[in-house]
Amino acid sequence: MVLSKISSQSDVSVHSTFASRYVRESLPRYRMPDNSIPKEAAFQIINDELMLDGRPRLNLASFVTTWMEPECDKLIMDALNKNYVDMDEYPVTTELQNRCVNMIAHLFNAPLGESEAAVGVGTVGSSEAIMLAGLAFKRKWQNKRRALGLPCDKPNIVTGANVQVCWEKFARYFEVELKEVKLTEGYYVMDPEKAVEMVDENTICVAAILGSTLNGEFEDVKKLNDLLTEKNRVTGWDTPIHVDAASGGFIAPFLWPELEWDFRLPLVKSINVSGHKYGLVYAGVGWAIWRSKDDLPDELIFHINYLGADQPTFTLNFSKGSSQIIAQYYQLIRLGHEGYRNVMENCHQNAMFLREGLERTGRFEIVSKEIGVPLVAFSLKDNSRHDEFEIAEMLRSYGWIVPAYTMPADAQHITVLRVVIREDFSRTLAERLVLDVTKVLHELDNLPVRLHAKSTAVVEEAAAAVVVAAGEGGSGRVNGTFLKKTEIETQREITTYWKKFVANKKKNNKNTIC
Amino acid sequence: MVLSKMSSQSDVSVHSTFASRYVRESLPRYRMPETSIPKDAAFQIINDELMLDGRPRLNLASFVTTWMEPECDKLIMDSLNKNYVDMDEYPVTTELQNRCVNMIAHLFNAPLGDSEAAVGVGTVGSSEAIMLAGLAFKRKWQNKRKALGLPTDNPNIVTGANVQVCWEKFARYFEVELKEVKLTEGYYVMDPEKAVEMVDENTICVAAILGSTLNGEFEDVKKLNDLLTEKNRATGWDTPIHVDAASGGFIAPFLWPDLEWDFRLPLVKSINVSGHKYGLVYAGVGWAIWRSKDDLPDELIFHINYLGADQPTFTLNFSKGSSQIIAQYYQLIRLGHEGYRNVMENCHENAMFLKEGLEKTGRFEIVSKEIGVPLVAFSLKDNSQHDEFQIAEMLRTYGWIVPAYTMPADAQHITVLRVVIREDFSRTLAERLVLDVSKVLHELDTLPVRLHGKVAVVEGESAAAEAVIAGEGRSGAVNGTFLKKTEIETQREIMIYWKNFVANKKKLKNNKNTIC
Repeated sequence: MVLSKISSQSDVSVHSTFASRYVRESLPRYRMPDNSIPKEAAFQIINDELMLDGRPRLNLASFVTTWMEPECDKLIMDALNKNYVDMDEYPVTTELQNRCVNMIAHLFNAPLGESEAAVGVGTVGSSEAIMLAGLAFKRKWQNKRRALGLPCDKPNIVTGANVQVCWEKFARYFEVELKEVKLTEGYYVMDPEKAVEMVDENTICVAAILGSTLNGEFEDVKKLNDLLTEKNRVTGWDTPIHVDAASGGFIAPFLWPELEWDFRLPLVKSINVSGHKYGLVYAGVGWAIWRSKDDLPDELIFHINYLGADQPTFTLNFSKGSSQIIAQYYQLIRLGHEGYRNVMENCHQNAMFLREGLERTGRFEIVSKEIGVPLVAFSLKDNSRHDEFEIAEMLRSYGWIVPAYTMPADAQHITVLRVVIREDFSRTLAERLVLDVTKVLHELDNLPVRLHAKSTAVVEEAAAAVVVAAGEGGSGRVNGTFLKKTEIETQREITTYWKKFVANKKKNNKNTIC
Repeated sequence: MVLSKMSSQSDVSVHSTFASRYVRESLPRYRMPETSIPKDAAFQIINDELMLDGRPRLNLASFVTTWMEPECDKLIMDSLNKNYVDMDEYPVTTELQNRCVNMIAHLFNAPLGDSEAAVGVGTVGSSEAIMLAGLAFKRKWQNKRKALGLPTDNPNIVTGANVQVCWEKFARYFEVELKEVKLTEGYYVMDPEKAVEMVDENTICVAAILGSTLNGEFEDVKKLNDLLTEKNRATGWDTPIHVDAASGGFIAPFLWPDLEWDFRLPLVKSINVSGHKYGLVYAGVGWAIWRSKDDLPDELIFHINYLGADQPTFTLNFSKGSSQIIAQYYQLIRLGHEGYRNVMENCHENAMFLKEGLEKTGRFEIVSKEIGVPLVAFSLKDNSQHDEFQIAEMLRTYGWIVPAYTMPADAQHITVLRVVIREDFSRTLAERLVLDVSKVLHELDTLPVRLHGKVAVVEGESAAAEAVIAGEGRSGAVNGTFLKKTEIETQREIMIYWKNFVANKKKLKNNKNTIC
């Protein structure tokens, strides 16, 4: 008896996790604790807090893959402790990366000789790929200008206003002016004619998007190529094209193989694609592919010694995991053309199904196109009573994460909801979503028109109010004027106010969706 | 009977993986195959090819963590499909990142008020962190010069020649001149006096390294700070300091808490540290911490909407996994100061043990210091007969991956072997390594002096020769002169030639510090 009592006092592991003191004491949030805690407790504390995150599989906001086969999960897990950059130590991993680059280059019709190796790199995502591609264009342009004795201090890049935020980031960090082609209502991609008009001698490249972030539409790269060829002929410049195929790069070759957007067009010098979107790999892998060696200035390349052979590298990162590269290789050989085509066809058909379901409600205008990335972007025909942000908020209570956002400048009075159809979004889920959207519409019809003015926040009154105020942090002030109301009315108003607050914040946003 | 036969013909899954046709047919290497293959076959094909990679745990070349607790592995696995950048959807993950930033900033003695939030970001690694920090210095310098009406077209950065390759990368990609303080024999870190001498009005910052890549030595940041303060006073500039604490940032605060290298020194404006080195997380996480908001120009920050609150972001990447951030938080709260101190003490003691073991052989000069990152860098006292590259190659046959490399310019006649002591390198393994090094030394003594000239390659004679030629690819031509030898002699010479070829290649690279 005595013995067993002693052991239970001294040995922490005898307690079950939730019977231990670690769930009773709060950890310092912003400082490292002084003492260690048992690993079970650490696991449980973190795991439990993470329950409050959204569920990735129900996140319809993002293209980024949320499901892979268990076999691939195992390969990923096994490679977690392998540093991708140790090419000398892990030659096979390096070889798999090179194979992926070559497979993707062939998929994009790079003009390669029989035994010629493709030029490209694996990256953390399309952002890194775009910075690398942009840097290559900038350096090539600088070198050419310097050789001609011309100034090279005012480079610019031409894109549509619908590009993802990373282009703006590239421009700001690498000191290149971003010239955006404005959008107009009903036309949400870059107009090739306007783009080519904006090209001048300082333009390092025109960036086209295959799969606009906003509505998934493919830009007309072929027309851009033709117009630019003509302009280059007249002016004597040789302004090249980059295609940001982050989302569409693994769609177009399988669903519309005849569509010419890739290296078949002579001015397309580089393409980026996200492996973690329709490349069907978890977040953390992208690819940048160049047309040929000449399009990548040698001075940007660092040479690493790889088994006595020279392994050129071009990256903004250094040490990183190998898992995603291996996972990409798994998908490419496991699925092959056949498998990718089947997956993309499924996605496309589920998108069409969802689109029809939404059209049937009679309340929505569909903004996305049939040919494009499998997503459905839609806006309310009449948003005078309730708007898209309210729908997004209410869908969240059903578990769906559907983003609502306004279009960029010159079309910013349009708000859209966007549902991305990923591989793991089955027909059953699509049916369910249509049902839930219908329910939300009914609920909204029964709600009063949303409040425009500032609404009351009665801080001490209801628990809900406290939660709202706490959630708000230091960023916004609630101007409260006290009115006598029932508790439920108050709560509702606070919630409405809060939703509006969030919605307004969101409206001012750049294209940070991914 | 008939039925069962039919099913076995039609159903691929009846075959066991190795009885299926997928191990018999070769996949196209550089093109996507036309048809799908079963997932078990794909798994097995990749898994089996990866067996030929080195074993990460025995890779003594790298600081990067190769082992974590199974509980943490589970957290990582669970968050593989969570995109770190979706802050709105995964608010808890974002909060964990912010907590990590604050914990690390406090660890580095950032001058924070009680309720003040630290300024910093999680990155993919120290490379990204360094680019971000460098970019901030460059932009701040540009803004200041522009305000004064001075030219901004020739920024430079002062570092030691011992810095990791990513500084060179930063310089080249962001168009900043890299001014390197030369090393001398026996002194393998940046000399603060020489560094401060090189500072001019165009210097955006001086970068010091806490834990030199080459021998783990800590640079004297305090002295640098004092000298630079004096120079700033005399000239009226305010050249700041960045500390690249990629490897030492989680060592110094636990083993030598009194060493002043961090935000306690007023000129230190930013620090980077690799979470995936002694932060004890798998590859893919680093941290950049700034002293205060003022040290990070606002124009570089992109604002993301995060639960209605504003979440500033500063990164070169966008979508990426959340696992590493969560794993870092796990380590910080699981281990606490106590746990990190214990781990670092173990590493340090194992390093000392290994150092003594190597000294006892009487053949090595130890190049690393007692105070520094737990690694042992050593070179042969006499490398006229056999050199360090041969030792590295021979250790590989025992399973150890120990890199040999030459020092940078002005000390490049020195070659060192470097063994990094990570958390998971136990005393038993250290003992084993000392034994194996002694064995290698004995083996080398019995081998003839390495050949300098061209060695005969007898094509078609032995399988080994073919392997050598195949392995060589297009990168080197072998000039063969035929000599009559026994097959074993020939094989040995070919091997030696090949080893030398690789070793020379390594030397020639004038070897930027691409070790990590």
